[in-house]
Amino acid sequence: MTGKPILEIDHLRVSFRIQDQYYAAVDDVSLTVNEDEVVAIVGESGCGKSALALAVMGLHPPQKTKLEGSIIFKGTNLLSLSTSQLNKIRGKDIGMIFQDPLTALNPLMTIGRQIEESMDYHMKLSSMEKRQRTLELLKRVGIPNPEKTYHRYPHELSGGMRQRVVIAIAIACEPSLIIADEPTTALDVTIQAQIMGLLKELQQQMKTGIILITHDLGVVAEMADRVAVMYAGEIVELADVETLFHHPLHPYTRSLLHSIPSAQTRKEKLHVIQGIVPSLQKMPRTGCRFQSRISWIDESKHEPNPILREVEPGHWVRCTCYQHFYFPHDHIGDVGYGIS
Amino acid sequence: MAFLKVNHLKVYYPVRGGFFRRIVDYVKAVDDISFELRQGETYGLVGESGCGKTTTGRTIIGLIKATAGEIVLEGTDLTKLSRRQFYPYRKDIQMIFQDPYSSLNPRKRVLDIVAEPIRNFEKLSPQEEKRKVQYFIERVGLNPESIYKYPHEFSGGQRQRIGIARALTLNPKLIIADEPVSALDVSVQAQVLNFMKEIQEEFQLTYLFISHDLGIIRHMCDRIGIMYRGRFVEEGTCEEIFRNPQHIYTKRLLSAIPNADPRQRRQQFHLREEVEREYKQSYHRYFDDDGRVYPLKKISETHSVAIP
Ligand SMILES: Nc1ncnc2c1ncn2[C@@H]1O[C@H](COP(=O)(O)OP(=O)(O)OP(=O)(O)O)[C@@H](O)[C@H]1O
Ligand SMILES: Nc1ncnc2c1ncn2[C@@H]1O[C@H](COP(=O)(O)OP(=O)(O)OP(=O)(O)O)[C@@H](O)[C@H]1O
Ligand SMILES: [Mg+2]
Ligand SMILES: [Mg+2]
Repeated sequence: MTGKPILEIDHLRVSFRIQDQYYAAVDDVSLTVNEDEVVAIVGESGCGKSALALAVMGLHPPQKTKLEGSIIFKGTNLLSLSTSQLNKIRGKDIGMIFQDPLTALNPLMTIGRQIEESMDYHMKLSSMEKRQRTLELLKRVGIPNPEKTYHRYPHELSGGMRQRVVIAIAIACEPSLIIADEPTTALDVTIQAQIMGLLKELQQQMKTGIILITHDLGVVAEMADRVAVMYAGEIVELADVETLFHHPLHPYTRSLLHSIPSAQTRKEKLHVIQGIVPSLQKMPRTGCRFQSRISWIDESKHEPNPILREVEPGHWVRCTCYQHFYFPHDHIGDVGYGIS
Repeated sequence: MAFLKVNHLKVYYPVRGGFFRRIVDYVKAVDDISFELRQGETYGLVGESGCGKTTTGRTIIGLIKATAGEIVLEGTDLTKLSRRQFYPYRKDIQMIFQDPYSSLNPRKRVLDIVAEPIRNFEKLSPQEEKRKVQYFIERVGLNPESIYKYPHEFSGGQRQRIGIARALTLNPKLIIADEPVSALDVSVQAQVLNFMKEIQEEFQLTYLFISHDLGIIRHMCDRIGIMYRGRFVEEGTCEEIFRNPQHIYTKRLLSAIPNADPRQRRQQFHLREEVEREYKQSYHRYFDDDGRVYPLKKISETHSVAIP
């Protein structure tokens, strides 16, 4: 189903400097993305999803951030490149889509000009060719009336249209990898469905690998081939999408799937994960990081130094606590996931 | 008698232009809607971005002036009241806002944030005020010591609770919750939704619940109104809307909900395509020549659809 690896993240650690000390927000993460594959990264707010994405794109300010490990993109370690070498790859071979399309667009420049500018940097095209290609791209991302939109400014478009423009820019140079950080969070469901359809189509037509970051598990179920679940800077579970939704193992994954409102939960209590995500400074650096949130599970059931272990082919889980996990008894049965 | 009745409500925003900033046109944000809330129920208002949900909510609490129509709360038409006459009713209707990060003043302590409505309406001694704030802060599940902290010291879910505590201080009857959990991630979202249901029983609250997340609407609401471009396309019980949608726009909205079962991916995709085809083909059966939604027509005691 999937092709050869295009991105190999190996033992990546991203640490932020806070009052002269470094704290890891991404802590020893390894993850591979193959061509033609959508890998979703899910997890609670603050678990390090964006920090990971920014590291791949080389967008962390070096004065405040320490990067360790390696990120091999098509054979080159991105962490060893200079800024100017990185700039050549960024935007051409790696496209980016962020949550808020307004921050990604220049308010003072027409849509057409912005798309052309993204080509200027990486492709040698005459202005006729560029214009032609821009109109094609606008059409491709489903913008009605490309000629008119070409001359428009970002504020004159709706949120959904803006996000399409951002996608047009991201795919302008036919990247082999797209990183989409919450691409539909700011949009409503109908537009979200359109954008998801569009991304899926691009992936199939251009064999693009996609890293999709979101906390919407419905979006993940519809888009992803594989899913990495992050908690407190670590991957706690990694599996293909069906396995993850139908046979989740890690307590965190199971709790997350349990919190989704669905047809069955109507008029009932939703599952809530006890406690809060620890801040970077307070995060436990040894033992199972999820331990404090499932305090009813005996301490001895956790590993002292949990590793991510392949428990079935392609299905990885951290810590042994999953073998002993159950929901507290006041809870409404372990149905595992929230199918609507 | 209905607890709150909205009758033929219209809210138009003027669009100014030209040299003299004259009114050149109107945005018909809410264009003739009618619905009623019964005591103790949760009524969901759903629709795509810009369809007029927030405008409806803000008009009911009196933050925006109605262009036409009535808002009748327990027999009194609020739109006919002067500012002074409206004042006592303001206590009865409170609003919870979408974003717990920007809706709380970062420079104020929790005590001052939560006490603000009390200060506007009741004369209490500092001790009484503090006791009251602590009572509600405890009721929303936060530590009473929290009142001396600032918003940034709390998580998103906790901040949303502070907003709710503030809305509860005046014993409101109706709470308008405008996307109260959209900015929160699933497990925190679950916390806030559970909590809203708990206090609904305890304080006998009626909710107008605004959201574009249909999964949450289904979980929370007794009845639902679907809005499209300032009008209602359909209204019914939760059952009716989810099991037997009639208007093509409702069907489109429902088919767009991401399906949390990866095994149904293909079916979901085909369903969406089919609905999209139907939407294009039968558009003229559901919208008039100007693309406007027809008036609602009753198809059962509780279910209405905008069809000619
Ligand atoms: N520049 C920074 N300096 C210090 N700490 C940071 C910085 N950026 C992020 N962090 C911290 O690193 C952790 C991971 O943040 P990150 O933005 O990657 O989370 P996330 O998983 O993307 O969350 P969300 O779902 O809210 O976007 C958080 O605890 C965050 O507060
Ligand atoms: N102050 C204003 N002046 C002019 N037009 C406005 C104003 N506020 C809202 N509008 C317009 O009125 C319409 C309805 O807006 P409203 O905010 O009520 O929508 P909504 O359903 O709450 O959307 P969302 O889901 O994006 O919050 C939109 O077209 C909007 O652009
Ligand atoms: Mg993020
Ligand atoms: Mg709104």
